[in-house]
Amino acid sequence: MNSSRRYFLKVASLSTFALAAGAAGTKAAGAEYEAYPEGLKAKRWAMVIDTRRFQNPESMRPIIEACHKAHNVPTIPGPKEVKWIWDDTFEHAFADDPSPLLPRGIEERRFFLMCNHCTNPSCVRVCPAGATYTTQGGLVAIDYHRCVGCRFCMAACPYGSRSFNFQDPRPFIKELNAAYPTRMRGVVEKCTFCAERLEKGLMPACVEASNGAILFGDLNDPDSVVRQALARNFSIRRKPSLGTDPGVYYII
Amino acid sequence: MFNAKYVIPGIIVFAGLFTAPFWINMLSPKHEKVVVELPAHPVTFFGEERSQCIEPREWMAANHMELLIEWRDSALRENKRIYTATDGKKWETSLQNTCMACHSNKTEFCDKCHDANSVNPYCWDCHVIPQGNNNEF
Ligand code: SF4
Ligand code: SF4
Repeated sequence: MNSSRRYFLKVASLSTFALAAGAAGTKAAGAEYEAYPEGLKAKRWAMVIDTRRFQNPESMRPIIEACHKAHNVPTIPGPKEVKWIWDDTFEHAFADDPSPLLPRGIEERRFFLMCNHCTNPSCVRVCPAGATYTTQGGLVAIDYHRCVGCRFCMAACPYGSRSFNFQDPRPFIKELNAAYPTRMRGVVEKCTFCAERLEKGLMPACVEASNGAILFGDLNDPDSVVRQALARNFSIRRKPSLGTDPGVYYII
Repeated sequence: MFNAKYVIPGIIVFAGLFTAPFWINMLSPKHEKVVVELPAHPVTFFGEERSQCIEPREWMAANHMELLIEWRDSALRENKRIYTATDGKKWETSLQNTCMACHSNKTEFCDKCHDANSVNPYCWDCHVIPQGNNNEF
């Protein structure tokens, strides 16, 4: 009895070893990962939108299109809509502003809305899957592979920045960008501040399409374009009282 | 062992029947090795025409799924999008823009093996299949 028990333990431990060694053997020897050297870096990415430059909604269409085309965002009419960047009125964008008597210019103006890449993102705190997280420069990213579609993040985000894929989005994408993935049914998506472009040294697609009306840079660097614009102009953010510390600034 | 002369043959017969689908298939004349279609033309990566896979063929066949998961995590979580292979060559960590730039024929490459092994990965629910070779999206 005793000796057979010993034998069993020997065999069991040896096979555990063999399994572990086999698993370790799947790593390619010498393989390494690095970031693109031309990638743009920041301590805290921020966006400054000069809303004075968008007096008519038509001037906003090409920018929305540039983003949605680059990221294969579907065009779905009705309540199943998916959007990364869109526009709305002052009243809707800045819901906690008390003044009911706005000057005409502001009353009629439309404002770009998108994910604010908050410093304290409530969406990240609630995600049970670790699918949404803060990454380089304070960007809030989603790993769609991980998303289980619970939509907690959508409930937590005070800005409605996130959209849910109620159905396969592919039939609703007019022109497919073959260099970027789509999403699938059952995952949440939103603006990424173009992480994939920043990492290759490019500015976000909306910034590039805006002719200088949308600025992007490091909020922690006093010499950056965003800091300079904020130093010279009065700006507001959406729902600052909630403490999320949004990274999108609006020059009024 | 009690009743060993019945139990042991019983176990052998059971094991034989249980594994029957495997060995019947292997012995049948219709059994064939999966042949995938390999890329025919070199593709340019990092300014260099390449016709070799990133790692040796056998290693890739056995480990590509784990490698892809490593790629995903290093790109999305660590912002590292360049993979230096064992031979020192650099590649972008992208299923869609690196792997499928060469292996553009999904039906004759990916699907062949996956079908034979009865696995059903959902990579292409999101990642776009190169057009022109497949009748899919
Ligand atoms: S705007 Fe919403 S989705 Fe974006 S980081 Fe803030 S809480 Fe999250
Ligand atoms: S829907 Fe996805 S990203 Fe949002 S909280 Fe659930 S798992 Fe996380």
